Amino acid sequence: MTALNLRNISMTFPDGTQAIDDVDLTIERGEFVTIVGPSGCGKSTLLRIVSGLQLPTSGSCEIDRQSLGYVFQDPVLLPWRNVQKNVELNAELQNVPTDQRREAAQKAVKLVNLSGQELKYPHQLSGGMKMRCSLARSLVSQPKVFLFDEPFGAVDEMTRERLNDELLNIFLQEKFAGLFITHSIQEAVFLSTRVIVMSSQPGRFVSEHKIGFPFPRASEIRYSPEFAQLCGQISHDLKLAHA
Amino acid sequence: MKFFGRLSQSRRISHVFLPLITFVVFLSIWYTYAKLHYDNPVQRRNALPYPHEIVTDGFLPLNDKVNGLQPILGYMWPTVKVTLLGLVIAVALGVLVAILMNFSKGIEKSLFPYAVILQTVPILAITPLLTELFGEELGVRLVVTVLVALFPVITNTLFGLQSTDRALHDLFTLNHANRWTRLTKLELPSAMPSLMTGIRIASGSAVIGSVVADFFFAKGEKGIGYYIRTRQQQSIQRPEMFAGTIMASLFGILMFIVIGWITSRAIRNWHDSNLAHRPSSFKVVRTLKRKS
Ligand SMILES: Nc1ncnc2c1ncn2[C@@H]1O[C@H](COP(=O)(O)OP(=O)(O)OP(=O)(O)O)[C@@H](O)[C@H]1O
Ligand SMILES: [Mg+2]
Repeated sequence: MTALNLRNISMTFPDGTQAIDDVDLTIERGEFVTIVGPSGCGKSTLLRIVSGLQLPTSGSCEIDRQSLGYVFQDPVLLPWRNVQKNVELNAELQNVPTDQRREAAQKAVKLVNLSGQELKYPHQLSGGMKMRCSLARSLVSQPKVFLFDEPFGAVDEMTRERLNDELLNIFLQEKFAGLFITHSIQEAVFLSTRVIVMSSQPGRFVSEHKIGFPFPRASEIRYSPEFAQLCGQISHDLKLAHA
Repeated sequence: MKFFGRLSQSRRISHVFLPLITFVVFLSIWYTYAKLHYDNPVQRRNALPYPHEIVTDGFLPLNDKVNGLQPILGYMWPTVKVTLLGLVIAVALGVLVAILMNFSKGIEKSLFPYAVILQTVPILAITPLLTELFGEELGVRLVVTVLVALFPVITNTLFGLQSTDRALHDLFTLNHANRWTRLTKLELPSAMPSLMTGIRIASGSAVIGSVVADFFFAKGEKGIGYYIRTRQQQSIQRPEMFAGTIMASLFGILMFIVIGWITSRAIRNWHDSNLAHRPSSFKVVRTLKRKS
């Protein structure tokens, strides 16, 4: 079942910046697609278009926005709410009953390893903790299409790998369609069924790599030769995209 | 001296001695001035009396029913009532108007010029009109107080509502939040610090408004403004007049402090202006010690 269908998407900002040029993308449910590309090539812009926050200059975008999860590049937490209340926010805005969302929030908080921090306010959290709080908030509403904008850019390598494992578990359970952005090639290969390399100015898709590792994926596949080879190919394409 | 014991050396200096020094300097200037002008019979009518005379003649006649602390407090009560009631009305009305302006650019465009006029029109010049419309009693005093207190509430609240973080708005959009939810769960909390600043400024204006109203409207329950005005007319009653003035401004200061306290309670957990680790100087801390 097609969860997301982009046709000929182009985006030129009023100031003349051409961020995206003629991008096509189809994602089925149960697919996890990751986009890698140089900074400023239009990845966040593409996610904003997919989410409906930004209208593209041209092209069409088919997606069910009733059940959409979006982890922004920045944490975007309400500074006057503690972690617990922030994590509950999406569910609260979607009128999920109090008990139900409280329980779901507690589960999500535990999943991102923030247990014990529920009563802290955003200014009391580290950058990585804020990001994990933001991730937990999106997990609560169990979306069918899930957009991630560099969610793990601010956490350490160990936590990142653990969160990658957790994310894959959730992906297997919920069978959402994932669209993920990262600057880490390892992360891209480990999580995805497909990795797309994007070039900048204007932002275009330059190559696509199928990642065939079966699910569930064990952490150890990161150290296999096939894994290294895929990373090598993507890295090569990225260098070309930078040029 | 438990209080002093708990403060560190530098904090003791900045909290106690610095204001004390300012006060001493201020008093010396005052005494010099009074010596030059208040002792001069020609200038006496408009001059500032000696500070100690304000205490002895203005406040201290404790059993005097006409001048002194007792009548001053008696006249303060109506002023306090008018000020607080006027401020509450101004805040309710101001927040409501700001919310409406925030709801629609059209409403903002059509109302804002009048809010500005409200602020700039000399209230004193339109007192005859106000008397005509609202009489000379409690009603008109309230109207004057509300008129002077309204503008800071409107502008600060509107500024706060409109300064809400765009990314947070995006988050609410993604969750299909309706206008009301957006207002109550996002814009109003986010506007809280500005709103409280508005109320704080308005409280000062409200005190002035209610005191000034006493100068121009003779009927109804008279406040401290009446006490000040009647003593102003007598050149021998300078200390009494200033005692009344000081009491009125003490009330203003008290309002300012109380509202400041409420503000920091309301936003204590999150707003940058209120967090403990606020820097006292905007310099990078030197960690390297120079070798001498
Ligand atoms: N509102 C805007 N107005 C004008 N130009 C914009 C706007 N938003 C983004 N851009 C431009 O669009 C381009 C793509 O920006 P975008 O944020 O999508 O990059 P990105 O791929 O997410 O980069 P990064 O990896 O650093 O997050 C950049 O050149 C940026 O300057
Ligand atoms: Mg980005």
